[in-house]
This record gives sequence, C-alpha cells and structure tokens, in this order.
Amino acid sequence: MSAGQPKVFWLRNFPAKIAAIPMILTSLVVFIGCSIWTVVYSFTSSRSLPTTDFVGFQQYERLFGSSRWNIAVENIAIYGVFTIVFALTIGFILAAFLDQKIRFESVFRTIYLYPYAMSFIVTGVVWQWVLNPTLGIQETVRQLGFENFEFDLISNRDTVIYAILIAGVWQITGFAMVLLLAGLRAVDNQIWKASRVDGIPAWKTYIQVVIPMMRGVFVTALVIVASGIVKLYDLVVAMTNGGPGNASDVPARYVYSWLFERANLGQAMAASTMMLITVLIILIPWFYMEYGRKNKN
Amino acid sequence: MLKEPKGPRPRKVIAPGRIMLYTALAFAALYYALPLYVMLVTSLKGMPEIRMGNIFAPPMEVTFAPWIKAWDSACTGLYCEGLKVGFWNSVKITVPSVIASIAIASINGYALVNWRFKGSEVFFGILIFGSFIPYQVMLYPLVIITREMGIFGSLWAVIFIHTIFGMPLLTLIFRNYFAALPQELFKAARVDGSGFWGIYWKVLLPMSTPIFVVAVILQVTGIWNDFLFGIVFAGVKNFPMTVQLNNIVNTTMGVKEYNVNMAATILTASVPLVIYFLSGRYFVRGIAAGAVKG
Repeated sequence: MSAGQPKVFWLRNFPAKIAAIPMILTSLVVFIGCSIWTVVYSFTSSRSLPTTDFVGFQQYERLFGSSRWNIAVENIAIYGVFTIVFALTIGFILAAFLDQKIRFESVFRTIYLYPYAMSFIVTGVVWQWVLNPTLGIQETVRQLGFENFEFDLISNRDTVIYAILIAGVWQITGFAMVLLLAGLRAVDNQIWKASRVDGIPAWKTYIQVVIPMMRGVFVTALVIVASGIVKLYDLVVAMTNGGPGNASDVPARYVYSWLFERANLGQAMAASTMMLITVLIILIPWFYMEYGRKNKN
Repeated sequence: MLKEPKGPRPRKVIAPGRIMLYTALAFAALYYALPLYVMLVTSLKGMPEIRMGNIFAPPMEVTFAPWIKAWDSACTGLYCEGLKVGFWNSVKITVPSVIASIAIASINGYALVNWRFKGSEVFFGILIFGSFIPYQVMLYPLVIITREMGIFGSLWAVIFIHTIFGMPLLTLIFRNYFAALPQELFKAARVDGSGFWGIYWKVLLPMSTPIFVVAVILQVTGIWNDFLFGIVFAGVKNFPMTVQLNNIVNTTMGVKEYNVNMAATILTASVPLVIYFLSGRYFVRGIAAGAVKG
C-alpha cells in the first residue's frame, strides 16, 4: 500500500506477525504437532517413556480386544446419544416456553442455566450425594411410605452410566436452552403472524416452520454439546471414579489411566487416536457444510 | 363530556394454557434448583441428622461446623489443611491465566481483523478446528514440552496450558467483536501515523470494555472449574480447588462426612456462582459469542 512498506515479504506488517507468534505456535506446534505426535506414537510399543520401536497396529489390536475399552466406548455412546437428545429437546421445550412473553423470564433462565456455571467436579459430587442409595433420594422416598421404591442407579454396574447421564444432562441443558432461545428470538415475527392468520396451531408452526428455520442453531448446539461429550472425564471421576469396577469408564479416563497410572504410552496413544478420529468424523461434515454454505453466498 | 364505560372493571381472565405453562416452568425450575438446595441443607446439618436419611428436609439444628472444617481442616488423604489451600492455589492459577490468555487472544483478534497477513486466516482456522480436539490427544506431548521448558509441575505450567487452550474461543470472540467496529476509526488512526501497538492501546482498548468483561467472565469460570490441567500440570503442591474437592470427597480413608463434603462443594462452586449471579447478562452473552463460529 504505502511507499514505506519494506520490500522483503516477511518484514511487511512486521509487528502484527510478531504479535501473532503465540497463535502461530499454538496452531502449528500444539494442535497439529502434538496430534501428529500422538498418532505416530500410537504405532510404537512405548511404555513409560516414548520409544520409536514401531509395532504396527499391535496397540490397536490390544485396544479393541480390551473389555475395559469396549465398556468405555459403549458408555460414551449411551451417554452421548441420550445427552444430545435430552439436552436439545428439553432445551428447546424450555426455550419455547420462555419465548411466550413470560413474566420473570430472567429468573427462570437464571435457574435453568446456573448448573452450567459450575464445574463437572461439583456437579458430580452433588449428584453422587443426591443419588446415594443409602441416604439419598431412594431413602427419602422410602421414608415417605413407599418402602419398595428402587432408585439405585449409581451402585449397579448396568445402570451407573445413566446416573452420570442424569448429572450431565442437568448441567448442559441450560446451555442448549440459551442458544436455542437466541435462535427462536431471531425468527421473524411475520411468520408467527402469518401462521395465526392462517389458523395454524402453534405446535404445528414450531415443527413445520420454526424448527427447520433454526437448523443452523441446532447444528451449532449439537456440535458444541457433542465435542463436550467426547471430552467427558471430570464428571465420571468425581461421581464414580469409573466404578463400580470399571463399569462407568469412558475413553478419556481410559487414556488418562494408561498415561499416568499404568505407564503404557502406546496404549494410551492408540486410545486417544481413536478419540481424535471420532471427533474428525463429527467435525469434517460440519466444516464442509459451513464452508459450502459460505461459498454459496 | 367524557364517555366512560360503566360497571366494574373487567377482570383479566388467566387462560388455562398460561397456568399450565407457568406450572411446567416452575416444575423445571424446581428440578434445576433442587441439587443446590440439597447441598445447602446438607452442609448445615450434623452427621446424626444426616443419617436419619431425608436429604430434602431443612436442618433441625443449624450448624456451621462443617463449613469451618471444610475450609480449615478437611483431609485430602495426604494432609488435613482444608480447602483453603486449594482456594489460594486456584486464585494463583486463575488470575495470571486470565490475564495472559486475554492479552494474547485480544492481540490475535486485532491482528486478524486489522493487520491481516498471508496465512493469518489459515492459522485461525487451525485454531478453531483445534479447539474441538479432545485434550487427551495433546496431553502427553504437552507434558514433554513443559518438561523441556523446565516448568512441568509448577504454576507456570498450568498458566501456560490455560493460555493455550483458552486461545481459540477467546480469539474468535475478539475477532468477531473487532470486525464489527467501524473500520474508519482504524484508518483515521493510521493516517495520523499510529502503528500496530498505538492503535491497539489508544483506539481499540477504550472501545472494547464490554467484550473484555465477557472474556474475563468466561475465563474466570472456565479456569476455576478446570480439573484435568490442574491435576496433570500443576504438581501436588499447587492442586487447584476442584482437584482438592475431589480428593476430599472421594478419599477412601475415614468415615464419610457428607455435611463437610457438601460445604466443600459449595465453597468450590461459590466463585463461579457468584460471578454468574452478578453478571447474568454478560455470562449469557459469552455463551452466545462463543457459539457463533466463523
């Protein structure tokens, strides 16, 4: 632009480039470099220290043969599907209710969203206590006279993941609600007027017109909730620490324990590579969609 | 002469639909508020009362002893100094991490909007993509990097890690905010001869207080609530409050003191909760800002 620009290309805009060094290093070294490192070392027999003794897919064979890993994958699948379904449907219903010119709307919204401000550790500890089989809800309801009342999710191997699910959904729904409420508010008022003139009931307008229009918001909420699900770790640690046995294990905890407790880096890297692949499967179509949409505009 | 309607003022009839709506909202609110209520009442009861087994009953005899114990002398398995150690560690981690991450991210956003260079958008794209990669994938290489830097197991390491992982979301927020500012101001400042830093300090910062408030809220709650980075990078001496809370509650030694556990939980949650209740609108804005990718 101006005559004062240096001729050498990397000197142009020099202070901006200096200022962007942390960003450049983070994107190249951490996000790309560290991920590649992990994928590469998942093919080695590294134990407590990384070695370059390549063993092909041996770590993966062991991973897929491990019952603990299979439980972890099954758990995250159950947790993931139900969290997405519940967070988005309950979140949307609450948002639609709040969008009816409610008095004290901000009070309701504040109550629905506060769990999201708390950490997963706090959430896990609280629900561990509420769901405690000997002193929690089960005992309280029994004392009310329902002596055969059974609500012991947390100490049963088959149901423990649903206990974690209850806590996780409680924490995240407010977030989905806030996003979807913003989406609802962005819908043109004319649509509501038109549907009222035509005498279409409100629920039908939601399903046939409004929800399809909010596709973008739904996808954003879905992607953010889903990427949080893959990271699920703290909640399990605080609530059950993976127990009873390893019945409530999840992939992130599997990786952690092979990294820092059982000193088998290769195994941990193979497991985290599988997590990475899962995320890519979620993300690449989304990025493609976003990119494609922008191209059309 | 004024024509006024005669007779008593008509009563507003509340439609049954509205009543159902409010009832549903109230039930949902009850469900969301209940765990907080249970935490509070449990923390104010004595252990004999807790063993009687009604978690929803208000305390018959209010006691603050569990709070004092949680803060001052609860055991984490190794030592019995209470949560106060973790509280101060969390303060020592959170304050510098918030400052460093916001400083770097705001400069990133500024460079991305006003001082684009070849490839700057590519790096930004990688950054956004990277924010979705599970931390476990990058955890061990980062242990090696921090160990090579000689900071592993110290406060510096956690601060470093928080600065890195705070970068994508914060950069996005600042970039979007700066892009929406009138570009004429920036051009005028350039004509006046201001450089990269001059414009940042004198033009951009004074106009951007709201987005900095949003970023501070987002980062304080996020970093305070972190568990994974604290337990991996901080070292035993510097464990943040969340790690300590987990150790207190899930220690296998001794009798479980649920009232102390709940007091400790409230204490740990209090910092983000106070911020949340005080800053409501900004907190919501932070969520919305973070959700608008691209």
